[in-house]
Amino acid sequence: MNNRDVMAIISARLLEDQQRVLVGVGTPNVAANLAKRLHAPNLVMIYESGIIDARPKKLPLSIGDGTLVEESLAVLPMGELFSQYLQTGWIDIGFLGAAQIDSRGNLNSTTIGSYEHPTIRLAGSGGAADIAHHARRTITILPHSRERFAAKIDFVTSPGHPPGGCRTDGGGPWRVVTDLGLFGFDSEGEMICLSLMPSHTYEEILDMSGWHIPFQSPLSVVPDPSPEEIRVLQSLYDTLPGGAL
Amino acid sequence: MTLYMAGFSHLIPFAAAHEIIRQKKSHLTLCRATPDLIYDQMIAAGVADRLVFSYAGNPGVGLLPAFRRAVEQGDISLEEYTHFEMVARLEAGAAGLPFWPLKSPITDLVLRRPAATVTCPYTGAAVPTVPALNPDVTWVHVQAADSDGNLYVSGLVGEMKEAALAAKTVVATTESFYPADVLRTRRGELLLPGFRVSAVAHVPMGAHPSYASGLYERDTRFYQQWTAIAKDAERCQAWLEEWIYGTANHEQYLSKWGQDYLNHLVVGGML
Repeated sequence: MNNRDVMAIISARLLEDQQRVLVGVGTPNVAANLAKRLHAPNLVMIYESGIIDARPKKLPLSIGDGTLVEESLAVLPMGELFSQYLQTGWIDIGFLGAAQIDSRGNLNSTTIGSYEHPTIRLAGSGGAADIAHHARRTITILPHSRERFAAKIDFVTSPGHPPGGCRTDGGGPWRVVTDLGLFGFDSEGEMICLSLMPSHTYEEILDMSGWHIPFQSPLSVVPDPSPEEIRVLQSLYDTLPGGAL
Repeated sequence: MTLYMAGFSHLIPFAAAHEIIRQKKSHLTLCRATPDLIYDQMIAAGVADRLVFSYAGNPGVGLLPAFRRAVEQGDISLEEYTHFEMVARLEAGAAGLPFWPLKSPITDLVLRRPAATVTCPYTGAAVPTVPALNPDVTWVHVQAADSDGNLYVSGLVGEMKEAALAAKTVVATTESFYPADVLRTRRGELLLPGFRVSAVAHVPMGAHPSYASGLYERDTRFYQQWTAIAKDAERCQAWLEEWIYGTANHEQYLSKWGQDYLNHLVVGGML
């Protein structure tokens, strides 16, 4: 089990059966497919490529995979999905990754360094900004490091909670899952640590974050991945051509 | 010239892109929601000055090395949107309207652009807009076409139809070519009627290394290998030299892969 696997398992637990979840590339995709094979068989997985209610036999490598299309309810034109499903509030959960996050849940997936002269040019928004804005709430997964948890991120690709408070419509960032902890947001829209990941400490979180993240007391520890969760995750990886990502 | 090579993950017109590279076209403005390997190869070949896009990643693999290099060295200018904004730009273009209204989030991308809200005449609310995108040419690759130029697609369509309808000129490559009227029962799969299409060429496996639903799978191995090929500028040029400039056309490109290699991608096993 590596950190990524633990993050996938813990974030899969946050999804509930019957929810309509818009699934992003990378770990969110692993987590959603895992949840569907564990406690949420009726999870409605939607991909920004236009795929609605996917039931992939294999772990899809990308959001436009043939395996997603073959077992889906339907494939919508992208415009229809974004305009008439996402924009109108029919997506319960937006499930995102990012390169950087700040205390308000603003996400950067565009550039490290300046936009004009980037040190690392990343892929950009794709649907992430739209999903962050229009999903009823979002879950973000990213590894925890001081560069990634930044007081000021290099570029706001996807908006978090606005300055001065939480989003008034109940939307916006809801949970953040890292290899060190599980995080939420307080009534001011500031990130707060809800639980520690197994065998990690709050001091590590402080060390690895660019600002002081308070914790919700009493600070609990997330239950260890169960044998069943590990087994199903492994069986999901086994469906990939190379056996792992 | 502004060019949109359409197809979201699926039916990406690689054969056409390779021919554009072979003919050493230059100074193109390339538009695509997802530049994918097709534009990474075109950027590496130096055909483009400008890129209009919303997600420049190698799907399921990582980033696009040639795109990264061009941006980090300042060799290409960017016009960047979100997926929804990009599709909305095409909707406006396809409808012949100057802009499209949408509920768009305030992000650093939006802040970098001139203010573009209109006042709703009914409620007085400010509504964000994006400008129409009208490519000079949109290129699509389809599973089937007939001699009247009608184009048929099944599976993922992404923003293909809007991209085609927004263009002045539509050109297509197709996996299969049929006489007129044979496909008229496939109403639900019509991408465009022939009167909207300027030219069609019959190019089997013209989307390799992407895929064509029902015909062949994505060449995932090549998508994964591309990162190592393209990361090194010299190796990237050597690849273009060998696989694109070094082949006279798509048939030669395919035979260079070899029948055995391609057969393992074909649905059902044999081409």
